[in-house]
Amino acid sequence: MSWIINLSRREFCKSGALLGGGLVLGIHLPAGLAAAQEAKTAAPIIPNAFIRIAPDDTVTIIINKSEMGQGVYTSLPMLVAEELEADWQKIRIEPAPVDPVYNHTQWGGIMGTGGSTSVRSSWEQLSKAGAAARIMLEQAAAAVWNVDAQSCRAENGFVVHSDGKRRLSFGALAEKAAQLAVPQDVAVKQAKDFKVLGTVKKRLDTPEKTNGKALFALDVMVPGMLTAVVARPPVFGGTVVSVDDTAARKVAGVKDVVRIDRGVAVVADHFPAAERGRQALNIVWDEGALAGLDSSIQLQQYRETAATPGAVAAQRGDFTAGLARAAQKIEAEYHLPYLAHAPMEPLNCVADVRPDGCEIWVGTQLQTTDRNAAAAITGLPPEKVILHTTYLGGGFGRRAVGDSHFVSEAVQISKAVQAPVKVIWTREDDIRGGYYRPAALHALVAGLGADGMPVAMRHRIVSQSIVKGTPFEGGLMKNGIDDTAVEGASDSPYAVADFLAEYHMAPAGVPVLWWRSVGHSHTAFVKESFIDELAHAARQDPYEYRRKLLAGHPRLLAVLDRAARKASWGKASVPGAFQGIAVHESFGSFIAQVAEVSVDKKGGVKVHRVVCTIWANHL
Amino acid sequence: MISLNINNKNYQVEVEADVPLLWVIREHVQLTGTKFGCGIGECGACTVQIDGEAMPSCQITAKEAEGRKITTIEGLGEGHPVQLAWIEEDVPQCGYCQSGQILQAVSLLAANPRPTDADIDAAMNGNTCRCGTYPRIRRAIHRAAGKPGQGGKP
Ligand code: FES
Ligand code: FES
Repeated sequence: MSWIINLSRREFCKSGALLGGGLVLGIHLPAGLAAAQEAKTAAPIIPNAFIRIAPDDTVTIIINKSEMGQGVYTSLPMLVAEELEADWQKIRIEPAPVDPVYNHTQWGGIMGTGGSTSVRSSWEQLSKAGAAARIMLEQAAAAVWNVDAQSCRAENGFVVHSDGKRRLSFGALAEKAAQLAVPQDVAVKQAKDFKVLGTVKKRLDTPEKTNGKALFALDVMVPGMLTAVVARPPVFGGTVVSVDDTAARKVAGVKDVVRIDRGVAVVADHFPAAERGRQALNIVWDEGALAGLDSSIQLQQYRETAATPGAVAAQRGDFTAGLARAAQKIEAEYHLPYLAHAPMEPLNCVADVRPDGCEIWVGTQLQTTDRNAAAAITGLPPEKVILHTTYLGGGFGRRAVGDSHFVSEAVQISKAVQAPVKVIWTREDDIRGGYYRPAALHALVAGLGADGMPVAMRHRIVSQSIVKGTPFEGGLMKNGIDDTAVEGASDSPYAVADFLAEYHMAPAGVPVLWWRSVGHSHTAFVKESFIDELAHAARQDPYEYRRKLLAGHPRLLAVLDRAARKASWGKASVPGAFQGIAVHESFGSFIAQVAEVSVDKKGGVKVHRVVCTIWANHL
Repeated sequence: MISLNINNKNYQVEVEADVPLLWVIREHVQLTGTKFGCGIGECGACTVQIDGEAMPSCQITAKEAEGRKITTIEGLGEGHPVQLAWIEEDVPQCGYCQSGQILQAVSLLAANPRPTDADIDAAMNGNTCRCGTYPRIRRAIHRAAGKPGQGGKP
């Protein structure tokens, strides 16, 4: 039995008004049905969840990924259009609601965007949805013309008959196509036949991002909406002892002051009033266990930890024995700071909690968890919580939070004041608010052979875990190793016979989070800096040194060679500048860079030019 | 009551005199193309034109803006040459900073119709783009100045 069921005309009409009339391969599946599908192991093809074709020939692609600047509102429609043979001019986009049918194909049961996975994880799903819809349109045309479907072919928004005389637009065929069974076994194109993929398409979201119309959550206005800011503890983990809100309540425009789990919210008619009200609050805080936290002490502790063996993240050969045989020993330590994501649009969320339902407008990377958090706070069943994904003014991981804190705040406040509420984080709230890329200490030791090449290497990392204690712990943490802390280091491609990578999980406390490229944001820097130290110690050219250690990694070698060639390696284009080179793989992309840098007499560093090569092709 | 002229339209707003213009534009007039990024004049997301000059609307009060001609991104419409150049060069990524970037660029070109890369960098210096669209911003400004194909290269 097919797990795909097209909604009947009647069912469509029930919600047709919502969609502005016209039909077809439209309508996302009801939650119950989609959940039933999810239980099946084979991934079903569900064109009607992703493609809607209207009588006016517009093809709306429903996007289950959050657009935060990375281009999913264009790249994902390209995947569909390639197989659908759609007219690119007719493509429209619409953000998906929260529904199991829109779950991430690799993240087991949640909808979300992150980890540089959008195109990779949607490729098969959207290609097949496009192909299935195309076949249905061709079959519909065949039925109209009473001919064999084999003689009907879709091209550029029409189905044409092989006689060259007959053609019907997708819009004209859509309603008929929607009555057909969805083919479950569809072939997709080979790369050599691509017409859309591999070409440059203008971004579909550019026009509205140049005229002020693009709607970010911060721009959402709901009738009767109030604006709130939250006084959060001055130290991570702190709690409120007492609040005197007398002065705050006297500020013109302030409507209410409410306690929530993460602090004290001031709710007002407008942002400036809320902000003034917050400044007038008198809060006594218990600063909690981290009151004495100090970066220099933390660094000292990390150093002491790094002097002891950690959990083994990767091992080849016998590091200790290899080092003992080495002709020369090199050691280095790298300390990397906490980093804030600082998305251009400060965090915010609009929530409207009513007795019978809850509506949320938010730029989020994790729709399902946020929706569920709202359900838990309100006591409503999840399907009564409607979450609208707006544009994100930058994400970088900051909007993918397992604890849903910035959504939960808004929901708690709206529930308390019984009105729609927009919570705005100021820039200061955002920078002080935690959820940073973890600080890390890397301690490395290598032994070089008589030829100067490394024979043994140990790479030890001390950092807080991003995933420990979150819903992602199960998938990303094994045997005490947080994969996001060691990725890029434990899988170093350099051919070192005796290799050991170890991880120490530093004490929790400061809220930490994935920051774009996650572990690679520190491991790539350290791995490449250290290999440079080794080349330097061996008095060898750092480019050639890397080449010798990368046999068996053709893509890394290809980007490395190309960057060196394009940058005229060995001959800086700026007089007095020096060149540096690095190569790394992360999330399936291979990148090399040559930087031209000069240092002035005072030690000031100036980067003049960076030549970058990337291999980001279909693997 | 403060009266403001925004995009050639007069608005009477009930707001305290010292409220930053940014929030009046966003919350009272509900023109949300003007963005909040920092509130302290550091990022340029809130840039509007006041009597033709680009400035951060978070740094001027509603009272100070009274009687002056305020232009927001909505006031440019959709077919301004700078907007068209932005579309042609596909400048935006997340898009959040771009209203401010565009208004800053419009002011730059009004004062200097043929800016060099250095002129552009100097004029656009106060407008942060967290996505790093700077090379395309340069190219789009050259394009709007009638010199497509320039800028954005080292
Ligand atoms: S919000 Fe005005 S400069 Fe940043
Ligand atoms: S486009 Fe994202 S901040 Fe500029």
